Amino acid sequence: MEIPKFKASGKMKEIMTTYYIEAKTAREAGKKVAWITSGGPVEPLIAMDVIPVYPENHGAMIGAAKMGVDLCEKAEAMGYAPDLCSYARADIACAPTSGGPIGGLPAPDMLICCNNICGTVLKWYEIQARYFQVPLFILDTPFTHKTYTPEAKSYVLAQFAELIEFLESHTKKKFDYDRIGEVGRYSLEAQRLWQEVLDASANRPAPMSAFDAFFHLALIVTLRGTAKAVEYYRILLDEVKDRVARGIGAIPSERYRLLWDNLPVWYKTRWLSDKFASLGACLVADTYTSAWCGSLAYIREDNFLESLAEGYTRIYLNIGIDQMAREVIKMADKYAIDGLVIHSNRSCKPYSFGQYDLKRILGEERGIPSLIIEADMVDERQFSQAQIETRIEAFIEMLAAARQTG
Amino acid sequence: MEGLERLRKVAEDPLAYGRTLKERRKTVLGYLCSYVPGELIAAAGLHPFRLYGTRRNIRLADAHLQGYCCSLARGVLEEALAGDFSFLSGVVFAHTCDTMQRLSDIWRIGGLSAFHTDLMVPVRLDGASSRQYLIEVLSRFKGELEKWQGRSIGDGELRAAIGLENDIRRRLGEIYDLKSRFPGIISGGDLFSLSKAAQLLARNELSSLLARLAAELKEKTKSALPDGKSKRLVLAGGFCDQPEIWDAIAEAGGEVVGDDLCTGCRGVSTLVDEQGDPLEALADRYLGRPICPAKHRGLTGRGEDLLTLVREKEASGVIFLQLKFCDPHGFDYPCLLDCLKKAGIPSLLLELDCQSQAEGQIKTRIEAFLEMI
Repeated sequence: MEIPKFKASGKMKEIMTTYYIEAKTAREAGKKVAWITSGGPVEPLIAMDVIPVYPENHGAMIGAAKMGVDLCEKAEAMGYAPDLCSYARADIACAPTSGGPIGGLPAPDMLICCNNICGTVLKWYEIQARYFQVPLFILDTPFTHKTYTPEAKSYVLAQFAELIEFLESHTKKKFDYDRIGEVGRYSLEAQRLWQEVLDASANRPAPMSAFDAFFHLALIVTLRGTAKAVEYYRILLDEVKDRVARGIGAIPSERYRLLWDNLPVWYKTRWLSDKFASLGACLVADTYTSAWCGSLAYIREDNFLESLAEGYTRIYLNIGIDQMAREVIKMADKYAIDGLVIHSNRSCKPYSFGQYDLKRILGEERGIPSLIIEADMVDERQFSQAQIETRIEAFIEMLAAARQTG
Repeated sequence: MEGLERLRKVAEDPLAYGRTLKERRKTVLGYLCSYVPGELIAAAGLHPFRLYGTRRNIRLADAHLQGYCCSLARGVLEEALAGDFSFLSGVVFAHTCDTMQRLSDIWRIGGLSAFHTDLMVPVRLDGASSRQYLIEVLSRFKGELEKWQGRSIGDGELRAAIGLENDIRRRLGEIYDLKSRFPGIISGGDLFSLSKAAQLLARNELSSLLARLAAELKEKTKSALPDGKSKRLVLAGGFCDQPEIWDAIAEAGGEVVGDDLCTGCRGVSTLVDEQGDPLEALADRYLGRPICPAKHRGLTGRGEDLLTLVREKEASGVIFLQLKFCDPHGFDYPCLLDCLKKAGIPSLLLELDCQSQAEGQIKTRIEAFLEMI
């Protein structure tokens, strides 16, 4: 049975195209462009009418367009080691060559780097700040191994004030404190809707898979804080609810429910999706796309700006492995999963180191087995298809055998 | 020079030295990063001991860290899992890079040390908010040590530890300077042992040992000729525990006259102000000293500092020593290379792995590089 596509998908392409055209023609419209990290606080930018552009989203586009290897090789010719993050390598190589699927990102007027996702973004943004000769703001969010300390809280809050000064000075406009409230409400609303969309996959069969989520994620990353994102996720949520009501699943016959860990393998999402589906396995959830809602717990609408500081500091990747394992266990319970699929991603050390311990903890606490796929999110040279195919098949066979004896 | 013999021995087998500390009932606190304040540890009556990783093949750490993790993190974890660090009472991880922060998690979850803490040094080392935060982080660390040891660290004790550490830095600086002016007075291999042992030895012993050694070396300079014919090199990079590189450089006719290495001059440069509030003074040293690429302070400082070092030391080339899979150094390398190229300074990049001997190919590359300059 062919599963009909989400109608929202067409709208996504339209919104993203408009967004990139606006960003590319920002100068003509008298607007400023800021490059910002995916986990960075975009809300103050939107409130200041600055167009946010996401080099990481660019990396994902490069990966999905299978242009990663070529660009990574170009970066290596520039002197960057092949084991550095492939998003960074590909984006760095795009700048001087206007390469990639959209001919390079629109040139930035400023760069805003929040290190809550990794230390790599710091180096990547330093490189781009030197290349484009534009000001760089670093929002340093201390890693929360165990607790969010009072000194970390004051430090991040102080930097939010510095960020606002930075924006005021580079846009030559006063910060609009009323507007941030409105942007904040849109941001929260979009995050809640997105979480609700993801939650719907707790149903059997799951109406949407992680592979769908990787696609629909784009707006929560790039346009959270806008009415457009809210409207989009409302439409998507309606569709998802409709599928649930009619018992339509993301794959024709859902026998095994799996949880995906780490970033997607962008150049192989289709192949992986088909491979798992052919074995009756649905990736019903993932740890990646829900990261943009993880801070919901800390955000209070009545004091949006201040609570942003905590929310952005305590996101999924900026916490200890044991806390991450707790989150994974919660997801395993919520989505009733049979197995964990771990993408050991050479490009993302903070996400990947600790996965072996995560695997052990999930096995010990829930008896849930894991499959480890060694790959890379953009650099296809790190993907061994035949080997991965064998491992996937063996893993599903093992799940089947366990169910029979179970 | 019996002092040198002691340094060589400690550098060659840090674990054996560590075990003697335990026998002498010392409480040893391990650390991995040069942003850990040894002064605070010493002031608490503890012995700060830098963890250097292993040359052994990785077996146990494979169960926790992938093969694309740097060999320092894998090596140190291997030793911890093998029980080699039984002489340690605790470990402190400073926030450095993505790898170190996860190593800290794995260490803590695995219960590998009775005492474990994270020193959350800021990544930004510019601006008033970072300074304030760093002071508070140091203050928290002080409180944790006090709680653990069940005693308070007096201002006087901290000032004394700062004074002692400053002495050590001055002596090391003096020896590095003598080496750069009269390269023949101490071999590269011994300079390596000195840098390494300086991060392991008891502070009092080290201080008096360095004072004697500096005096002996100064004496030697009277009969030594100033450097005339050797090829003067600067080493740049992160962590390096491969003395054979210093030997290979010497064999090929080179002399290491300066460095910007985490395990070399970078970690021990810049004194702590002994006048003001001690915690503020410690913070100010970290904010001002030559920077690790995992930290941020400006966009061009590292390249400028490297050029200054090369010029001050009248070096004719730079060898980059970088651990494979080290992101912060890997991302900075093209920029540093560009700075050197523009100034007409030749350089060589050596990617290292703690678990393999720097032989064959690396030696050949060093020889070829030295022939070229």
